[in-house]
Amino acid sequence: MRQRLTPSGGVEGDPPIDIQLTRRLYRAMVFARTYDRKGTALQKQGRLATYAPFEGQEAAQIGAAAGLQPNDWVVATYRDAALMWAQGYPWELLFAGRTGDERGGSPPEHVPVMPPSITVGGHMVHAVGLAWAEKLNGTGRIALTSFGDGATSEGDFHEAMNFAAVYDIGCIFFCQNNGYAISLPREMQTRSTSIAEKAIAYGMPGVQVDGNDLFAVYEAVHDAAERARAGGGPTLIEAVTYRIGPHTTSDDPKRYRSDDEVSEWKRRDPLERVRIYLSERGAWDEEWQATIEAEAAAEIDRAIELAENMPPLGPGEILDAMFETLPPHLERQRAELLENLT
Amino acid sequence: MKVLTIARALNEALDVALEKDAQVMLLGEDVGRTGGVFRVTDGLQERHGAGRVVDTPVAESGIVGVAFGLAVGGMRPVAEMQFMGFSYPAFDQVINHVSRIRNRSRHRFTAPMVIRIPYGGGIGAAEHHSESAEAIYAHTPGLKVVVPATPYDAKGLLLAAINDPDPVVFCEPIRLYRSVKEEVPDGWYEVPIGEARVERTGEDITLITWGAMTTEVRGAATALEAEGVSVEVIDLRSLVPLDTDTIEASVEKTGRVVIVHEAPKTAGFGAEVAALIAERCLYSLEAPVRRVTGWDSVFPLKRSEHQYLPSVERIVRAARQTLET
Repeated sequence: MRQRLTPSGGVEGDPPIDIQLTRRLYRAMVFARTYDRKGTALQKQGRLATYAPFEGQEAAQIGAAAGLQPNDWVVATYRDAALMWAQGYPWELLFAGRTGDERGGSPPEHVPVMPPSITVGGHMVHAVGLAWAEKLNGTGRIALTSFGDGATSEGDFHEAMNFAAVYDIGCIFFCQNNGYAISLPREMQTRSTSIAEKAIAYGMPGVQVDGNDLFAVYEAVHDAAERARAGGGPTLIEAVTYRIGPHTTSDDPKRYRSDDEVSEWKRRDPLERVRIYLSERGAWDEEWQATIEAEAAAEIDRAIELAENMPPLGPGEILDAMFETLPPHLERQRAELLENLT
Repeated sequence: MKVLTIARALNEALDVALEKDAQVMLLGEDVGRTGGVFRVTDGLQERHGAGRVVDTPVAESGIVGVAFGLAVGGMRPVAEMQFMGFSYPAFDQVINHVSRIRNRSRHRFTAPMVIRIPYGGGIGAAEHHSESAEAIYAHTPGLKVVVPATPYDAKGLLLAAINDPDPVVFCEPIRLYRSVKEEVPDGWYEVPIGEARVERTGEDITLITWGAMTTEVRGAATALEAEGVSVEVIDLRSLVPLDTDTIEASVEKTGRVVIVHEAPKTAGFGAEVAALIAERCLYSLEAPVRRVTGWDSVFPLKRSEHQYLPSVERIVRAARQTLET
């Protein structure tokens, strides 16, 4: 497993990014954690539908986005809000999706991020198709698809990896191995020693990195992205991390894992090691921490307000995005729907 | 104008589309080097290159899912499933993603793509090669479902499907690929999706069908006309959207209806047509609506196909019963 930044803040070799970028990414991780904790809190208040927390996976998600170009595609899952946000998806739309509003799946025109996949695994083939389209159109853009350890057992993982390798598609397969697929531990998901080694069977490089290590994740994604952009084809990256929270707010993880295990992973917190690293270089202090926490809280609160103040879809609008133009049978059903609402 | 079979007409449509629109590409198992198991894509890889007529790995979910990504990314993919029974592994992609992305993203992302699926029996094929699952696709919100029965419609509907801003499931009746020929215009023309074709007009009874069963229905109509019955035949061509106006006008005129399809009876698309008639023109009916369909059985193998497939005789018998009521 490749590691560049140790849990105690020490660096192996030259850091892959400078202090300014490290500070920006640390700040982004603070924003991500603020969003995530707020998500769980709001769900408990009944203001959001089921929420899937990602605490513990901030370095994996923020580091991965940092390794991409701003117009590269991201095709991710319901647990990837930080990754999606870092690639341009607005917080308020991520919240809107969780309040139960389809418009949460509609990012602004310039944002190259698909709405999150709720079914497990099926979205990986979409990323291959998107990257293929970019390759055919010669844009230099690539795609990154994010998924968990559980998704590697899905048939579409195989089909996506195989297609990408056969046609040399510039797609990065970014697995956040967070130890569990709901309750099923990684050891019961696959007999492979690592997830990264599965790449060998497809004829593509596979890299296993410490997923709580911002530098290692950034570097792996950056290298894979540059290789993909140059026509070098796909890469599988396994970021070994841990989901500190439950699968979703409707799950009790005490039924399948020990408190000791969780405590052990909390000691490998992805934010803390960056904080120590910055602090030792005079690039972090309490005051700055307080400032960015306040900024994060303000931005997340504003996003919640925007999401909650969106008026619900108007009468009949649930039919309006089934097709570009409403066909006659849906026109009739729309009229019937409106009649029944009055 | 050339006289073409349905298979050749589809080939021409794909050729014309590849020629005209650089974003069009074909993907499927064996569509390139061998021109497809039914030779519908014959010669197209030679003409347009392996980058646009793509032989894929044997992976139906991957073919549809990758085509979906291509479509979202601005391409106009036409994916081929070799047989309808082989399209089932791709259901997840079709039902969970292809049909939904426009709604999921409120028009931000769309999947203008065509999924071509040879369907239907009568050729003595192995299991899974004779299915008629059009009702499952028609039941899925967000898909258009088209079934041509003539060479002219095959070409015009396929070009309309390729040009459509939404995903289209394009069902090709295997049995008719080479059994029907007619004059087909050169170049690009479209048959609008959502309009039925009135194959013959009549006053006494309406026979409603689509796809492969048009041949049997034509035979039944001819037999009935020999007995002095005036028969109207409607080929729906498009199941979603459905041309209810044409159905309604015909039922109001004849008051008697037989619906014919090859798929199993229960929850078949004929049930939808019958329910629409009941909702919209019940009082025009002079007799109960009858259905002549396949049975609720697995499609039988070669030696027993004749037990399953609706025949001219079965259709004529049902029509007579309807006329006598």
